[in-house]
Amino acid sequence: MSGGPSQQLLSELASRPGGNSWADKLIRWVFISLSVMFLAALLISPLMIVLTSAFAKGASIYLKSFVDEDTFAAIRLTLTIALIVVPLNTLFGIAAAWAIAKFEFRGKSILITAIDLPIAVSPVISGLIYILLFGSQGWFGLWLQAHDISVIFALPGMLLATMFVTFPYVARELIPLMQQLGNDEEEAAITMGAGGLMTFIRVTLPKIRWGLIYGMILTNARAMGEFGAVSVVSGHIRGLTNTMPLHIEILYNEYNYVGAFAVASLLMVLAIITLLIKTVIEWRGLRG
Amino acid sequence: MRGIYFLSVVLLIVLTACSAGTANDTNQIQLLNVSYDPTRELYRDVNERFSRQWLAKTGQHISIKQSHGGSGSQARAVIEGLRADVVTLALGYDIDAIHKRGKKLGSDWQTRLPDNSSPYTSTIVFLVRKGNPKNIHDWNDLIRSDVQVVTPNPKTSGGARWNYLAAWGYVMDRELQGNWNKLNDPSAIEQVAEAQAKAEQFVAALYRNTPVLDRAARAATNTFAQRGIGDVLIAWENEALLAIKELGDQHLELVAPSSSILAEPPVAIVDTVVDRKGTRQVAEAYLQYLYSDEGQELVANHYFRPRNQAVMNRYPNTFPVLRLFTINEVFGGWQKAQAEHFADGGRFDRIYTVAKG
Amino acid sequence: MAESRQHTVLPGFGLTVGYTTFFLSAIVLIPLAAMVLKASSLSFSQFIAVLLDPRVIASYKLTFGTSLLAALINVVFGFLIAWSLVRYDFPGRKVLDALIDMPFALPTAVSGIALTAVFAQDGWLGQQLARMGIQVVYTWLGITIALTLIGMPFVVRSVQPALAEVQRDLEDAAETLGANRFTVFWRIIFPTVLPALLTGFTMAFARGIGEYGSVIFIAGNLPMKTEITPLLIVIKLEQYDYVGAAALGCIMLGMSFVMLLSINLLQAWGRRRLFVGKR
Repeated sequence: MSGGPSQQLLSELASRPGGNSWADKLIRWVFISLSVMFLAALLISPLMIVLTSAFAKGASIYLKSFVDEDTFAAIRLTLTIALIVVPLNTLFGIAAAWAIAKFEFRGKSILITAIDLPIAVSPVISGLIYILLFGSQGWFGLWLQAHDISVIFALPGMLLATMFVTFPYVARELIPLMQQLGNDEEEAAITMGAGGLMTFIRVTLPKIRWGLIYGMILTNARAMGEFGAVSVVSGHIRGLTNTMPLHIEILYNEYNYVGAFAVASLLMVLAIITLLIKTVIEWRGLRG
Repeated sequence: MRGIYFLSVVLLIVLTACSAGTANDTNQIQLLNVSYDPTRELYRDVNERFSRQWLAKTGQHISIKQSHGGSGSQARAVIEGLRADVVTLALGYDIDAIHKRGKKLGSDWQTRLPDNSSPYTSTIVFLVRKGNPKNIHDWNDLIRSDVQVVTPNPKTSGGARWNYLAAWGYVMDRELQGNWNKLNDPSAIEQVAEAQAKAEQFVAALYRNTPVLDRAARAATNTFAQRGIGDVLIAWENEALLAIKELGDQHLELVAPSSSILAEPPVAIVDTVVDRKGTRQVAEAYLQYLYSDEGQELVANHYFRPRNQAVMNRYPNTFPVLRLFTINEVFGGWQKAQAEHFADGGRFDRIYTVAKG
Repeated sequence: MAESRQHTVLPGFGLTVGYTTFFLSAIVLIPLAAMVLKASSLSFSQFIAVLLDPRVIASYKLTFGTSLLAALINVVFGFLIAWSLVRYDFPGRKVLDALIDMPFALPTAVSGIALTAVFAQDGWLGQQLARMGIQVVYTWLGITIALTLIGMPFVVRSVQPALAEVQRDLEDAAETLGANRFTVFWRIIFPTVLPALLTGFTMAFARGIGEYGSVIFIAGNLPMKTEITPLLIVIKLEQYDYVGAAALGCIMLGMSFVMLLSINLLQAWGRRRLFVGKR
């Protein structure tokens, strides 16, 4: 999977004078209306449900639902997890993309597939595997117990599960991009005597930064929104191991629909903020 | 690139520090109560009152954390290492599993506290739409072809298992005229077999009227009340009363069938955890508190039936009167009920596999 | 071509491959191996018995059928959406473009609850569909809709950059040569976008097979009818049948792996051919 093209490219393409025959206009009209209808039914209407339910009792009740110790703890935990997982997976993604895009070696397709695998693994399973490793009856269970270390039902387990789920996104973003860009510039830099790290920072990074940022945004969004896998390893302790998605479930189950959808809308807002950051960086990058 | 290693190492150290921090960051006593879904409101009150009482009595500050979820998955979490000081679950089967599979508490757990270690009971009743438009009054009405029933999935929900057993027990009760001794009477063996066949048919008909099997009791309540699916919700009495309170009595009303099952949600101390943490004393006091007058009063306020008859008598209008049978009387205990009805290939599965041919 | 790459002057091969393999093993491969080992405590015949249980087979049909259908819907509409976003300027285009990623950010349970609300019989769209006699929630249709939403970003985001690329390079050339619209599409645009479309399809399909959180709200979860395979894994776990759960997990993992691997091999082959063709 690859990220959306940059805004600059999009507007450049869109503003081109297209064909003006009636057939072109018809195709254009059909395409846009089908797309909009599809997205309206499938994407926008559920988002509207979230917003209307969050504001069902007015803005003040909406805001009040955030003034709650447990909600606050859930927000803090989710941000902590994202803050740790995103950099780690970004580093991994860069390393993996460098290895895969710049070199030919045996078993490369298997390596790529293994990196993709977490997307296809059911969240039910991605929680279970850590239970099998670190649970009381798991491989490391006795050792962990003897040393009084909690992995599952504590932060480390939730981090692992989140890392698993968001594992492929940066790498997936960068691999096709770096493959397309080729090696010529880097090879030139190295031949002229630049160091490896310097070559990466000066030559490669500027070319891949949009893909990198987009991959990080996806990782971040998935890390904050993951429900299934984290639910298995969290233990659901209120105020301690509940992330925002888990807290949403709790509020919903307490018949506190406004609160549940208010927290859900906050996740939407956080995702939009990261997209805004991307747009701002892009915009400043274009001017600079 | 050396930076990557350095950063990973730093982060791993931070991680372990964090996890160690949450385990023992304060000198106040922390208690973790791992419970099932419908008790969250009850224990929020219990925790607050009990910790205040404990502070007054001993001068110690305690903070009691709650964890709620499906009874079975909560039991699994405790077996897998969730450090619960006490468990307060929906069925004895789940605490038995903590003993059997996790070896975390003694086999005698159910006799350590009064009343089979269940400080409160409940039963299974019906929730219908206001005015009872489909005229639903007893279990028989649920198998009418014009009635849609909402009940969660017995494979994933403890509450749903009580629902199923209540329906089964109703038929047995009717066929055997309430004489449970016949179940163990060799001369009545044919009558019992006939009753069981009728019960099986009845339950199959009931689930044929069920358009959706939610994962958990609360999810089923939401399907019934929020989505407007179905004519009747089979639910815990406490859940039904809470739903009426939370979602408004202008939409829903409770119907009590003629007979139902006595649900005894048990509580227990997790020995290995309290001994390790040194919290046995406070954990014991916590569970004892549930049996105290004040605790029983809280229990009744949250629509669970208190064991203490004097307290129960103070709430004559809350709890409807109906014939109650127990799981031991009808099914010979949870282990047998689970194996016969809910295990893979058991009677519940056969409703779906056999009916489809 | 492959030869010349092996002798590249670029540094960091050992380091990055080593780091990738180490991290991949720690987070993904070893935990998954734990599951495979768990399942291997079953004898072969027991393993087969778990996998060929009629109820399990019914769940495969449902899970794979709805995932496939959802992925196909996404190929068609994902292409349309990507095309509209890349090629046309219309009011609200940027907003739509930003919203495409939303299914990633929203917890799956929230998507499930919200979709159920939209498509329930008293919901905004459910009402209209009910009038036409179509019931969506608690049927396979509902599952398909949930999976379509979950998989949609994969297709759109794969196709968008590929479309942007092809527009720039080839289309102008072809048009100046006088080829008509459909020839341009079939001969130039489609083949170039095809790998991206295929990737998007595979990702959406694979993600759909494993999806749990959103589906359980909108599926009826009735055995043999609307019960997906991940739910069966959960049910096995509820009965403390870890081994059975691991066995089902393994078969799902195996199928996903084979699917992803074949698509990656196909891509690698396609890329090699493309490069050779260019030189």
